[in-house]
Amino acid sequence: MMYQVRDLRLSLPDMTRKPLLGSAPRIEILRGLTFDVPRGAVLGIVGGSGSGKSTLGRAMLRLLEPTGGSITFEGTDITHLTENQLRPMRHRFQMIFQDPMSSLNPRRRVGGIIAGPLKLHGMDRLTTRVDEALDLVGLPRSFARRFPHELSGGQRQRVGIARAIALRPDFILADEIVSGLDVSSQAQVLNLLGGLVKELGLTLAFISHDLSVIRRLCNRTLVLHQGEIVEEGETAQLFEAPQAAYTRELLQAIPLPDPYQEWA
Amino acid sequence: MSGFLSIRNLTVRLKSGVTILRSVSLDVAQGQVHGLVGESGAGKSMIGKAVLGTLPRALQVTGGEIWLDGENLLALPHDTRRKRIGATAALIPQDPLTALNPSKRIGPQITRRLVDILAWTRSDAEARALELLGEVQIPDPARVMRSYPHELSGGMRQRILIASAFAAEPKLIIADEPTTALDVTVQKQILRLIADMQVRHGTSLLFVTHDLGVVSKVCDTLSVLYAGKVVEEARMHRFFMRPIHPYSRALLAATPTYLDPTGSLTPVPESVISAVEEEVRLHDVRFGT
Repeated sequence: MMYQVRDLRLSLPDMTRKPLLGSAPRIEILRGLTFDVPRGAVLGIVGGSGSGKSTLGRAMLRLLEPTGGSITFEGTDITHLTENQLRPMRHRFQMIFQDPMSSLNPRRRVGGIIAGPLKLHGMDRLTTRVDEALDLVGLPRSFARRFPHELSGGQRQRVGIARAIALRPDFILADEIVSGLDVSSQAQVLNLLGGLVKELGLTLAFISHDLSVIRRLCNRTLVLHQGEIVEEGETAQLFEAPQAAYTRELLQAIPLPDPYQEWA
Repeated sequence: MSGFLSIRNLTVRLKSGVTILRSVSLDVAQGQVHGLVGESGAGKSMIGKAVLGTLPRALQVTGGEIWLDGENLLALPHDTRRKRIGATAALIPQDPLTALNPSKRIGPQITRRLVDILAWTRSDAEARALELLGEVQIPDPARVMRSYPHELSGGMRQRILIASAFAAEPKLIIADEPTTALDVTVQKQILRLIADMQVRHGTSLLFVTHDLGVVSKVCDTLSVLYAGKVVEEARMHRFFMRPIHPYSRALLAATPTYLDPTGSLTPVPESVISAVEEEVRLHDVRFGT
C-alpha cells in the first residue's frame, strides 16, 4: 500500500466566528476518513465545494497536520512528523496545483521553476533533469528559457506537471488541475497525465469536482460529502451502479452535451 | 431584422489595432435562448459587453450594427443609448461574489437600480425585490434582504443576481457564464431556475458559456465562436446531432462525458486549428481588417 489512511480527522479554527477575545471555534473538516491507496492506483477524489477534497489532499502530503487518526505512507507513519523529519521524504510525494498562473513564479524562467525543487533536494545534473522533465510532458526543451506569461494555460499546467515529476516521486497529488482549462487543453493534459502514470509507474490522487474527468482517468474513486466518505470503489462500478444517494445526485446533475439526456 | 437582438457584422478592435471580434452576426429571437460557446479568448464575453455598452476602455466597436428591439444601438447618441439599454437589457454575471458589494446589504443592492435609474418609489422597489426573491426560491426573503453577501452561499448569491436581473422586467438578459463558479448540483438548480424565469417572463436570453453540456440543456439556438469569428450558427438539436464545422466537431470530441469512458479524449487537432486560423485570416483579408 502506498497510503493507508485510518480514521483521519482534521479541524481548523473558524476565523469568521472568532470572538474578539479568546479562540475561534473549530470546524471539523474531515470527519474520520479510512481508505487505502494501493501502489500504482489512480484514485479520483470527488465532491462538491466544501466537501473537504483539497483538505484531504493537503493532509496526505502533510501540508496540514491531522488532528486525529493516522496516515501511513509506504509503511512510515507520517501523521505527526515534524517538518525536519518530513523533508528527506518530501521528494517522494509531490503536488500539482490548480491554478498554473499563481503556482508558477512569474519572475522565473520555466527552467528555473522546474529546477527549484531539484536544488532543494540536493540533486545533481540539473539541466539534464529539467530537459528530461520537459520531454516527458511534451514541451520543447527551449521552453526552459521562457517565462510563464509566455505560455498558454495548457502549457503552464504542463510545466506544473514537469516540476512535480522532475523529482521522480512515487506519488503525485493533482488538485483540480484541469478545471481552469478549455476542453481542448483539458483533453491534452488528461491524456498526458494518464500516459505518465503508466510510463513512470506513478501513483496518483486526482482531486476534481468533475465526474466526467474522473471517469476518464481514474481506476478507483472516492466520493466525499461534508467531510465524510459516502462511497468508495472501482470507478467503473461506482459509475454504473452508484450506491450512495449523493453519488447518484452528483451523476444526475452533470449536463452532458446531449439534448436528449434526461436531466430535469 | 429577424431577432429581438440582432447583431450584424460587429467588429471590435483593441485601440492598438488587434481585432477581437470579426464581423460577428447573430440573432436572439424573441423569448428564445441563444447560446454563445467557445474557448477562452474567443470573444464570447466581449459580445455581451458590446451589447450592454460595457466594453473595456481599450476596445472600440469599429463596425457593424447592434439592433435591440428594432433600434440600432450603435446609431443612437451616447445618453439615449445608455437609457435604452438600461431599460431593455440586464446582465447575470459570472461571479456572484465580486458582482455584489461586500459592504452593503442585499436589499439596497437589488432596489438601487429600480429607484435610481428607473425612478421607482423605494417601497415599490422593496416590494418587488421581496417578490422576486420569493420567485427565485430564496427562503425567508425578508431576512436575506438585510443580509450581507458573505453571509450567503454561492448558490444563494447567484439566485440574488438572477432576481436582480429580472427585477425591472428586461426584455433581454445576458447571462455570462452564470454557473461556472458553482457545483454541479447547485448548477443544475440554478440553470433550471434561469430557464424557468426566462419562460415565465418571456425574456430573450443570450447565454455565454464554455460548457457544451450546459448549452444542450438551456439553449434553443447557438453560435460557436473561434478567435472572434462565428464559425457555426445552428439550432440546438441540429448542432448536437450533426455539427457541421470541423471546429465544432472537434470541440464536441474533446468534451469528456462519464458515459463513454473507453474512447480516449481527442484534443482539438492541430489540423483543425490551423484550418480555422486560415479561415480567420482569409476573412481578415476579405474584409480588409
